Parts: sequence; C-alpha cells; structure tokens
Amino acid sequence: MKGNDKEERNPEEKKRPARKYLLVRLWRYLSRYYLLLTAGFFLMLFSNILALFGPKLSGKAIDAIGIRAGGVDFERVLYYAGWMAVFYVLSAFFSYLLSLLTIHLTRKVIYQMRRDVFENLARLPVSFFDRYQTGDIISIITYDIDTVNQSLSGDFLQIMQSVITVLFSLVMMLSIAPAMVLIFVVTIPLSALLTRFITSRSRPLYRVRSKKLGELNGFVEEMLGGQKTTRAYGREEQVIEAFDRKNGEAVEANTKAEYYGTLAGPSVNFMNNTSLALISVFGSLLYLRGGIGIGDISSFVQYSRKFSGPINETANILGELQSAFAAAERVFRLMDELPEKPDEERAELLKEVYGDVVLKDVSFGYQPGQEILKEFNLHAKAGEQIAIVGPTGAGKTTVINLLMRFYDIEKGCILLDGQDTYQIKRDSLRGAYTMVLQDAWLFHGTIYENLTYGRDNISMEEVERAAKAAMIYSYIQKLPEGFQTMLSDNGVHISKGQRQLLTIARAMLSDAHMLILDEATSNVDTRTEMQIQEAMRSLMAGKTCFVIAHRLSTIRNADLILVVKDGRIAEQGKHRELLEKRGLYYEMYHAQFEEPVAS
Amino acid sequence: MKGIFKYIKPYGPFMLLTLLLKFVAAMMDLLIPSLLAKIIDDIVPTREVRLIFLWGGVMLICAVFSVTTNVTANRMAEVSAGGMTRQLRHDLFSRVTYLSAGQMDDFTVSSVVSRLTSDTYNVNRMLARMQRLGVRGPILLIGGILITMTMEPRLTLVLAAALPFIILIVWAVTTKSIPVYSGQQKVLDKMVRVLQENITGVRVIRALSRTDYEKERYDKVNEELAEIEQKAGRISSASSPLTTLVLNLGLTAVILTGAYLVQRGEAGPGVIIAFLSYFTIILNAMLGITNIFVMCSKGLASMRRIFEIMEAPEEMPVRMPDPENDLPAEEAGKEAEKEAGREGEAPLVEFKDVTFSYNKKGNHLSHISFALKKGESLGIIGATGSGKSTIVNLLLRFYDADQGSIWIDGRKIDTIPYPELREMFGVVFQNDYLMAASMEENIDFFRGLTREQIDEAAEHAQAKGFITEKEGRMDARVAVRGNNLSGGQKQRIMIARALAAKPRILILDDASSALDYKTDAGLRRELHTHFGETTAITIAQRISSIRGADHILVLEDGRCIGYGTHEELLKSCREYQLIYELQMGMDDEREDLGKEAQENEGE
Repeated sequence: MKGNDKEERNPEEKKRPARKYLLVRLWRYLSRYYLLLTAGFFLMLFSNILALFGPKLSGKAIDAIGIRAGGVDFERVLYYAGWMAVFYVLSAFFSYLLSLLTIHLTRKVIYQMRRDVFENLARLPVSFFDRYQTGDIISIITYDIDTVNQSLSGDFLQIMQSVITVLFSLVMMLSIAPAMVLIFVVTIPLSALLTRFITSRSRPLYRVRSKKLGELNGFVEEMLGGQKTTRAYGREEQVIEAFDRKNGEAVEANTKAEYYGTLAGPSVNFMNNTSLALISVFGSLLYLRGGIGIGDISSFVQYSRKFSGPINETANILGELQSAFAAAERVFRLMDELPEKPDEERAELLKEVYGDVVLKDVSFGYQPGQEILKEFNLHAKAGEQIAIVGPTGAGKTTVINLLMRFYDIEKGCILLDGQDTYQIKRDSLRGAYTMVLQDAWLFHGTIYENLTYGRDNISMEEVERAAKAAMIYSYIQKLPEGFQTMLSDNGVHISKGQRQLLTIARAMLSDAHMLILDEATSNVDTRTEMQIQEAMRSLMAGKTCFVIAHRLSTIRNADLILVVKDGRIAEQGKHRELLEKRGLYYEMYHAQFEEPVAS
Repeated sequence: MKGIFKYIKPYGPFMLLTLLLKFVAAMMDLLIPSLLAKIIDDIVPTREVRLIFLWGGVMLICAVFSVTTNVTANRMAEVSAGGMTRQLRHDLFSRVTYLSAGQMDDFTVSSVVSRLTSDTYNVNRMLARMQRLGVRGPILLIGGILITMTMEPRLTLVLAAALPFIILIVWAVTTKSIPVYSGQQKVLDKMVRVLQENITGVRVIRALSRTDYEKERYDKVNEELAEIEQKAGRISSASSPLTTLVLNLGLTAVILTGAYLVQRGEAGPGVIIAFLSYFTIILNAMLGITNIFVMCSKGLASMRRIFEIMEAPEEMPVRMPDPENDLPAEEAGKEAEKEAGREGEAPLVEFKDVTFSYNKKGNHLSHISFALKKGESLGIIGATGSGKSTIVNLLLRFYDADQGSIWIDGRKIDTIPYPELREMFGVVFQNDYLMAASMEENIDFFRGLTREQIDEAAEHAQAKGFITEKEGRMDARVAVRGNNLSGGQKQRIMIARALAAKPRILILDDASSALDYKTDAGLRRELHTHFGETTAITIAQRISSIRGADHILVLEDGRCIGYGTHEELLKSCREYQLIYELQMGMDDEREDLGKEAQENEGE
C-alpha cells in the first residue's frame, strides 16, 4: 500500500531517545527489584566460587594419586573426591536457585512493562487509535516487550558475572607477567572498536526489523478482519501476494539484522585467538630472554582464556542487546505517546447535571487546514431532544466526538450547564453521557457482562427488564445458556441489528443524564424499532438527547432538528417548520419515498 | 508436524554446507590450543625465533580461517532460516485465506493472527539457532569422546555412563515444557484479543469510564501470561544445573577410577589431567546441546500450532458435477425449457427448499426457495436476526446448506469452482471493512482495474462527490478501519467496490443503511439505469430501498412469510403491510406525502 508511508513516517521521525537514556530507563525497571538483584548477585558469586573450587580439589586429588603405581593414598583421594561431590552439588543448587530468581525477576519486569504500556494506552487520546493499526500496537505489547525481556534480566546478571571474572583474571595476569598484559592493551580496544562498529551497524537494522514485524502484524490483522470480503471477491491470490511482500520485507529485515548481530560473536572470538597467538609468540620470546618461566606462559594462557571467555560472552550479549534496545525503543515510544491533554488545574467534578449544552462558534478539523465544522452553534436545553441530520459526511459524528471530548476543539467553546466543558474533569464529563453508536461494540464475555458493562451492582431483574424493553429478551432466552452465553467470535451468530439491540439495552441500564444516539438503530428493522420506541422514549425521558439518524421518521418528534451541511447548520427548527420551509430537510424527507426513475 | 521437512528439504544442501563450515570453524578453534602447545613444547626448546614467528603466524591464519567460516556459516544459517520462515508463513497465510468460514470461527481471528506472527517468529529463531549453535556442540562432544577413547577407554566409559542420565534430563525437560509453551501461546492469544477489543472499543470504554475495569481485565491476562511464562522458565532452567551436576559427578568418578588404575600401574596421572581438560570441552558441548533442546521446545510448540492450521482438513471441496443429481432432472429440464420458452431464460440464481443452521441446533433458515433470472432483482426484508445475511453466506458458499440445494446458472453451487463462483459476485457485507490504503486501492481491491472503471464505479455509487472534495481525490488515504470517513462515505466506497467489476450478481447487505435518503435514492436510480443486466439482491430495512425489486422476500425467524412484488405483498403479507405503514409514517403528513409519492410513480 503505497500511500502508507506518509502517515507512518511521522511518528518514526520523532527524536530517537539516546542510548544512555534507554539504559537508564531499562535499569529503572530492574532496579525496582534491587533486593532480588542483590540476592541474585550473591547466588551467582556462591555458585561460581564453589564451581571454581572444583578444579582446585581435583588437583589435590591428583596430587594424592601421585605418579607411582601402587603409591596411591586412597584415604586422601576419597576425602577430596567427597568434597568435590559436595561442592558440585552445592554449586548446582545455587545456580538452579539463581535461574529461578532470574525467571522470577523477568516475570516481574515483563509484567510491569506490559502493564505500563497498557496504562498509557488507556490515557491516549481517541485520535491515536484512529491513526494506528491495531496489529502494530499489539506487536509492540507482545513481540517487542518479549524481546526486551528475553535478554534484559538474564543478560544483566551475565554481565555482572563477566565483570567479576575479568577483574579476577586481570589481577592474576598482572601478577604473572605485567609486560604481556600489554598485548591486551592492543586487542581489547580493538575488540571494543569492532563491537562498536557492529552494534552501530546492527542497531538500525534491528529497529527496521521491529518495525517490519509490526507492519506485518498490522497487515495480517487487517486482512483477516476482512477475510470474507477477500473471499467474496476471489482476491485470495492478490492478498497473499501483498502478504508476501510484507512477509519478504520482514524476513529480509530479520536476516539483515541477524547477520550483523551474529557477527559479534565470531569477531570477538577472532580477537581472542589473535591475542592467544600474540601471547604465544611474545611469551616465547620473553622466555628465551629469561623474563618468565615456561609454567608462567601456561598459567597466563589459562587465565587469558578465562579472561577472554566473558568478554566473548559479553560481545554476544551486546548483539542480543541491540535487538532488545530496538524493541525497547518502540515500547518506550508507545509509553511516551502524549496522553490526552491533562485536565485543567481547576477542572471540577460534575455534581449535578441538568443537561443544558451550548456549542458556541466551534471550529474543528481532523487535519489542520481542513475544517469539518465551521463556527458551529448549537443550544440544547436541558431535557430536549436534538436531532442532527444532513447528508453523509457533513460532520454529524464530529459533533459527537467533540461533545465527548474525544477530540479537542480548535476555536469556540462548549458549555455544559453554563460551565466551559474544558473546566470539567474529562471522566466526569464523559460519565454524564450515555452513548449508543452505530458500530455496536461487544466484547468477549457473557451477555450479562456485556449488558451490565458500565455499572456494578445491577440486579438480574433490571437486566431482564432492559433486555425485554430492547426486544432482545426472547433471542437471549433461546440461547443455550441464556444471559450466561459467551459472546465470542465463534459459536454465537449474532447479527448487527441484534448487536445494536444489546447496546441499547446496555444504555438503558446506565443512569447518565445525557444521551447520544449515533445511528443507534440503523441496522434494526423498522418493526422492532417501532416496538422499542416506547422503551427508547422512556430511555430519553428527562435527558438531553443528541440523535443522529437517517430514518427521519425516528426523529420527527425531536424538539429541535439541525440540518447540517458542509460543517454549518443549514436549517433548524421542528419537523413541521422545516417541512414548510421546503428547503434541504424537505428534500431529504421527500427522498424517502422516491422511486427509481421508471424505465 | 512432519510437514516441516518439506520446508527443510529445498535448503538441504545449503544447510549441509553451513554445517560443514561450522565444522571447519570448530576444528580451527580446537586446533589453536594445540598449536600453542607445539610452540611451547617443541619450538621454544630449539630457540629458533624465526620458527616461533612462523608458528605464531600459522595460529593467526587459523584464527582468520575460523572467523571467516564462522561468519559465513552464521549468515547462511540466517538466510536459510529466513527462507524457510518466509515459505512457512506464506503457506500458512494461504491456508488461512482458504479456511472455511466455520473453521475460521473455530480457530478465532486473534489466535490465527498470533500464529502467523509470533509462532512463525519462534520457529524462525529455532531454525537459525539450531544451525548456528547446533553443530558446534555435537562436534566438540564427539571429538572430545573420541580423543579420550584413544587415551583410556575405561575412563571414557565412566564418563559415558553419565550420558544416559543427561539424555533422560533433556527428554524430561523437553516433554514437560512443550505443553507449557503451547499453553503460553494460548494465553498470548487471549491477551491479543483483549487488546483488540480495547482498541476497537475505545470510544465506548471512554464514554462509560470503564478504563479501570478494562485495566483489570487486561491485568488478569497479563498476570496469567507472566505466570505461565514463569512456569515454562522454571522447567527449562532446571536442565542446565542438572546436566552440569551429572557431568561433574561423573568427573569425580573418573578421578576415583583413575586412582585405581594408577594404583595398578595401568595409567599415569597425566592421562587424568588431560581428561580433566577434555572434560571441560565435553561439558560445555553438553550444555550447548541441552540449551538447544530447550529452545526447540518453544519452537516445536509453535510449530504444532502452525501445523494445526496447515493440516486442517479442506472443508467444502468443489465436487465434480454428477449428471444424475447435479443437473436439472430431465422433466425439470423440460419444464425449465418450457418456462424458458415462455419467459426467455432459465433462472440465474435459485434456492430450492434450503434449510441451514450454524450450530446444527436451531435452524437459522428453513425451507427457503426463490428464483431470479438475469437482470431480475430481489429484495429481502425482515426482522433483526431473521436470517437475511445467512442467505448471503450461503449464496457465496461460505457455508453449505444442510438441506435443499442452491443453483447458479443451472449448476449446483458445490460443483462450481470457487474462483468462478465468486467472480460472478459484487458484494457489500453488513460488517464490511476498508483497508488503510488509498480510496482507489479500496475500490480496486487488488483487482487491477483501470482508473476509468474505478471512476465510473465511484460515480455510480454516489461517491464521486465527496472523493473529489478530498485532498488527493482518489489517492486520498482511508485511515485504519475507515475512521476518517463517515458511515455513509464508507458504505459508498464499498458499493463502488462491488460495482467496479460489473458483476453478474450484486449483493448489497444493508449496504445503504447509513446513506441519507437522497443519496440512497440517487444510488438506486444509477443502479436501475446502468446495471439493468445485473441480478441484484438487496437486503434492507427500508421498504423504499427494495420496493422497486422484481421479487421481495419477507423473512421471519428464518422462514419465508411472504414472496412477491411490492404491490402483491401489500395485499397478501400482513407483516409487510405493517412495516410499510410504519415507515411511511402515520402522522398527518403521511397523506400528502403519500400522494406526492404516487405522483412520482406516475411520472
């Protein structure tokens, strides 16, 4: 999809957080569990030291065996072998404890991270969800967080372990032959440079990988959502082709990133082998000049192995960390998406709502420069029923978006009971409305849970009454488990009209003072709609209602009908007045009865 | 599950080469320490500085050889793993695309999404890691064992006695962790679903201030996922300490046995010392191998989930037409001919006594029959949940009828190949969707239509007006889920999509519910003038949308309670009359408007 780039590049171009900043932030997640970390540190120390005793003990045992046949001191051999067994068992025990602890830590961190991301999702403005593909967001919470954690906790302890070993070996090597340590003065910076080069190359690639995986996820999500359409149009092959492109990109990004990522291990291994060669040559030369003994070379080599082992390990980890960093970037970016503008300092909670709503000179557009509403004015008195009609795309739903503060207005103001709604706490304002939308939203849960969604402590009786009023009771009764039937994406086939009836029943159980009906019954058949009229009337009674409907018959009794066209109010008045005007409303009303031109 | 070999096979030689390179790299790494030993033991005593530099140079060359082979092999491993993953994902996606609607219902969309992304990713990791790390371990293990064998077979046997225990550990850990990993992916599915619901329902959730409740709901899944991840981690984390322990204890046994051998003068202590260093190599190799098994468990669990879909039986195959049953019977044929003689043609779409149920419990459609000739139109009206959309599902063969038969163009529907069948249709579903792409791409929908066709379709669908007003016109972006368009605009794009390829059969399932009456009327006029040859099936709530249809089917609880033209039904069908009266309004204006409507009809 070619046009895609423009919209998606913008968020990508936001300033990238510096690596140091990422580290600090990641460290904050770990440091919350400093007790666990400290415990982990000591466990690691114990298990390593215990394991280090092994070779020493085995050496003693071999000493006890001696070199002469028949001269073996069995008592001492058994003694040392016994201790070896004890130390090995203890070491294994500690190292098992250590991995349990690491896993526990990982669990805590990953849980916290997923939680934090979701917390921010819950704060983000609605416009964010109108922009981003669901699959991409899901990819961050599942795949990216998983990547961060796969390396984070484990690698952290691993690095600590390496540091200890390196320091220890360095001290030993210095004590043997300070001159030869000079070799490392050459090779270690070289390794560092090499690693740096590799990581600087691989990091952007890992970033691309995360992004491409997110895109693939978004595509899959979107296409599976429209699978029926794809099949109806027989476009399976073409959709698969489009999938192949995304798939190819994702695989290629992965291969490229991994190519550089896996370069780190062998390269550092190479540097180690080089050091070894240098040590052999210079060690031998030193020996020839009488600087050191032959045994010293051997020990030096052994320690240098110990020394470079962890460095090698760390290089490998650094590769892994690159992918973790790239993923962390995406996670943090989602965490840092600007939440809805915080409520004003002085914002108040609504106490009593009468429902007098005024829109004064409101201008608004989704994109700058493209105004959908232009100096829009509206006054809904408490308890009035306001109908908003007009050609499709005139800005009717936009009014709702603004009333609910899903989007913020650019110019003008919106008053509720004479108070600027921007001086009211957002939650409190939204709580004052009940909303029934055309896209009836139901979630995976029982019908009962779906109906009582929005309120606690509702008796079964009330729920049944609402279901009856919404004419959905008999349908629910026919289901095998009645109100306890799970609404999942399989099994229960529920039509769009029935979904709308369920959301109407849900609205009936809410006690808000204002009501928004945006094409609430567009998929309900006329007879059922007629039958729920009574219930709708009692639902609307005493509430300020905003009704958007195309079926003009449903709004005939409105106190005020606004005819919106091109973002302005073209006409307003009561049904009869508007008909008499013979203007736009008359035309629209008339069109209901129009027949196709006879052929 | 065996299906995975199909993916490995094309990369067989390539992977073999990778493994070979890995082998060379491992051998080089083994060689370097022995070169060191040679320098110290053999060269230094000769005091030949030149030779020292020479052998130091050989070491360097080995190091270079090791790094190049290693890097190449790693790269190759990633390439082949990438290739296999690409193919696997492609096949999985293709299979998913062709899953029957019923199968999709069973798997659920959220689970299929995570199988396509997260599970294939796990398999990719497994395939790459296995090649990168899988060779070194076994080579070092076998090499180590062989070398120790030549030194002192009896001691090697002691060490080898530890192997069965290790195999047991690996086996236990793998078999225990695979089901846990499967469970983990299942919980992940759940999390994906909660996220989906939260994103699509954001308006309702905010409006009802249920954010805290949703957080709790999410928290539950989050906790469940963390829990099962920990469980999986616990099982696999046991393998490494246990393996180390068993080998270390084996080593202790080697020392004890060695002591006896030395006592009896059958071995020297040097052998034991050598054993100890080779033992370290073997231990590391073993650890590497167990790690791979742990990694495989996760990959295998994911693979199982992938192949669950791949190996799902193909439902609703296309049958070969059987002259006995699948062609209109002789008499029926004659009758049809007779009818054809009278009426012109045989029906293009025909339902013969069709009965269907989604869950095979209560019927969603019972004994539905109708027949439409080319160019005829059918309107379907009925209460919410009366089975209107089910007819569409059967007509496009998303499901097969339980009883009765559906005929299209004189052929039984299950004998028509899918591409041919679906080619005939242009459809707008009740819950249809738009992609995040341009207007043009949405109308074109991967069919490669010309700009003229698209423009024309947009015009017929009354979409031209608002598209022209958008910046970029046909190239203007449709946002995710069509969020930047009004309900009516979305529907018009979808209708344009349905019209663009001039289908033989047009299905509009509640496709104009969000259109204002004026636009709706305009659309019907366009359809009437430009799509006279098209057989149209319209499902609607508004009588005005279907009153001009040649046939109207009135549904109630899946049964036909009225079939005929508008005028006929007004006389014969009580339900239809009621709907009509309701919609035409019952207040005072009804009469004069009714009159005007009649005047229009007369025009």
